[in-house]
Amino acid sequence: MFVLLPFGDVVRRSFMTTMSEKYVGFENYKTVVTNQAFVLAVKNTLKFVGTALPILVILGLMAALVLSKLNDISVIKSLYLFPLAMPTATVVIVWRMFFYKQDFDSLVISYVWKNLGYTIVLWLAGIASVPNELIEAAKVDGAGSIRCFWYVKLPCLKGSLYTIVVLSFLNSFKIYREVYLVAGAYPNSEIYLLQHIFNNWYVNLSMDKLTAATVIVSIFLFIFIIVLNRLWQNEN
Amino acid sequence: MIKRVIYSLIGLTVKLIFIAAGIIICLPVLMVVTGSVMGESDLLKFLAPVFRDGKGFAGWAIIPQSPTIDNYIKLLIRTPQFFILFWNSVKTVTLILLGQLIVGVPAAWGFSVYSVRGKNMIFTLYVVLMLLPFQVTMLSSYLVLKQLELFDTHSAVILPAIFNTFPIFVTYGGFNSIPKPLIEAARIDGAGEMYIFFKIGLPLGKGGIMSALVLGFLEYWNMIEQPLAFIKTKALWPLSLYLPEIDWTQAGFAFCASVIMLIPAIFVFVMGQDYLEQGIIYSGLKQ
Repeated sequence: MFVLLPFGDVVRRSFMTTMSEKYVGFENYKTVVTNQAFVLAVKNTLKFVGTALPILVILGLMAALVLSKLNDISVIKSLYLFPLAMPTATVVIVWRMFFYKQDFDSLVISYVWKNLGYTIVLWLAGIASVPNELIEAAKVDGAGSIRCFWYVKLPCLKGSLYTIVVLSFLNSFKIYREVYLVAGAYPNSEIYLLQHIFNNWYVNLSMDKLTAATVIVSIFLFIFIIVLNRLWQNEN
Repeated sequence: MIKRVIYSLIGLTVKLIFIAAGIIICLPVLMVVTGSVMGESDLLKFLAPVFRDGKGFAGWAIIPQSPTIDNYIKLLIRTPQFFILFWNSVKTVTLILLGQLIVGVPAAWGFSVYSVRGKNMIFTLYVVLMLLPFQVTMLSSYLVLKQLELFDTHSAVILPAIFNTFPIFVTYGGFNSIPKPLIEAARIDGAGEMYIFFKIGLPLGKGGIMSALVLGFLEYWNMIEQPLAFIKTKALWPLSLYLPEIDWTQAGFAFCASVIMLIPAIFVFVMGQDYLEQGIIYSGLKQ
C-alpha cells in the first residue's frame, strides 16, 4: 500500500503539467518518447540486459554443471559468492582503476562478476532437484552423457531457468550503483542507462517527464513479469 | 583402478581451475586491503598513470614495499566524521532489518499456513512489487515522504525498505519447509494459533528468517540509490554513499575506509554463509 496508492497519484500527474495542474492528455508521453536522451537510455539498457543476462545465465549453468560433478565444493562456492557480499563502495576505487575507459564491456563484466555466485548456487539447487532415477533410467537405456544432459536434465531445469532469469533481471537494475559510483550522473553515452535519466530528471525536478517515463517503464515491466509468470505457471 | 585415478586427477585439476578463477574474482578485495597499508609514494606510483595521465591500469603489488598503518591512524583517530557516517550506516541497516522482521515474518507465516481467498493475487502483486526497480518507485515514494515530512531524514530511507517484499519471499521459503502435518497435529492437540507460531513456526522456520537477515544486511549495507535520492544532508549519509566521494589523491585514506566498511560485510558473510546460500535458494523457489 505504501507503493500502490502514490503510484495512482503518479499516473494522474503524468497527464498534467506540474505547475498549473492542467490536463494535457498524452503531451508528457510525447515529450518523453521523442526525448533523445530517453531513447538512448532505453537502447543502452535493453542492449545491456540483452547481452549481460544470457552471458550470466549460461556461464552460471556451465559452471554449475561441472561443479555438480565434484564434491567438497563449499570453498569454491564461497569464492564465487564473495563479490555479492562486497559493498560496491569498497571496490569502487578498484573499479575506477580497471574500468577507466568506462565502456559497455566494463558494465557487463562487473555485472557478471557480482552475480555469478548467486546464479551458480541457484543452478546447483536446480540440478540437485533433478530426480536421480530419471538419469539412471536414461543411462540404462543407453543415453550418453551429452544426450542425457540434453533430453533429461535440461527439460527438468526449465523451472530453474525462469527463476534465474527473473532474479538476474531484478539484479541487473542494480548495476546502476557501479556505473553511478564510477562514472557519476552523466557518463559517456555508451553506458547512459535508464536509471540515469530517472535520477537526473528527479534531481532537476522534471516531474512532467518523470511521471510519464515512470508509467511507461512500469507498464513495460508489468507485461514482462506477467508473461514470465504465465510461462512459469504453464510449467507447473 | 587406473580409470579411477584418472577420474580423480581430472576432478582435482578442474577444481584447481575453479579455485584459481575464484581467487581472481576475489582480487579486488585483496587490492583494497593491500592498498590500505601502502605508503603514499607506492600508491602514487600505481594510481597516477590511471587517474592523472588517463592511461591504462599500470600494475599492483600484492605485497607492499613499505607497509604502513599511517592511513588507519589518520582515518580512525583524526577523522571523527568517519564515525558519524559509520554510525549512520549501522543505524539504518539495524532499523530496516528489525522493521522487516516485524512486518515480514508474520506476513510470510500467514501466506505459508493459512489459505485466504485472493492469496494468489496478492502473491503475484508482491512479485511485481519486488521486481520493480528503485527508480520506478522512486517518485511515488518521494511524494509520500514529502507528505509525511520525512524527506531528508533517516526514516526516508528506512520506512520504504521495511515494506520491501523480498524478505517475505525468503522467509516464506523457510516456513514452507515445515511439514504441514506437524502444524495440523499441533492444532488437533489444542494448541492456539499464537502458540503454534511461536513454538513451531519460529524455531523451525529460523533458517528462512536468518537467510532474509543475511541477504538484507548485505543489500542495505550497500545502499546507494535510496539515500542519494531521499537524503540531502551529507552528515546523514551512510558510509556506502560517502566513500566514492573521496578523491583518488587520498587513495590510502579511501582504501582504509573501504576496509573498515568491508569488515562487517565479511563478518556477516563468513558467519552466515550457509544461510546466504539457503536464502538464495529460497528466493528462487517456485512460488
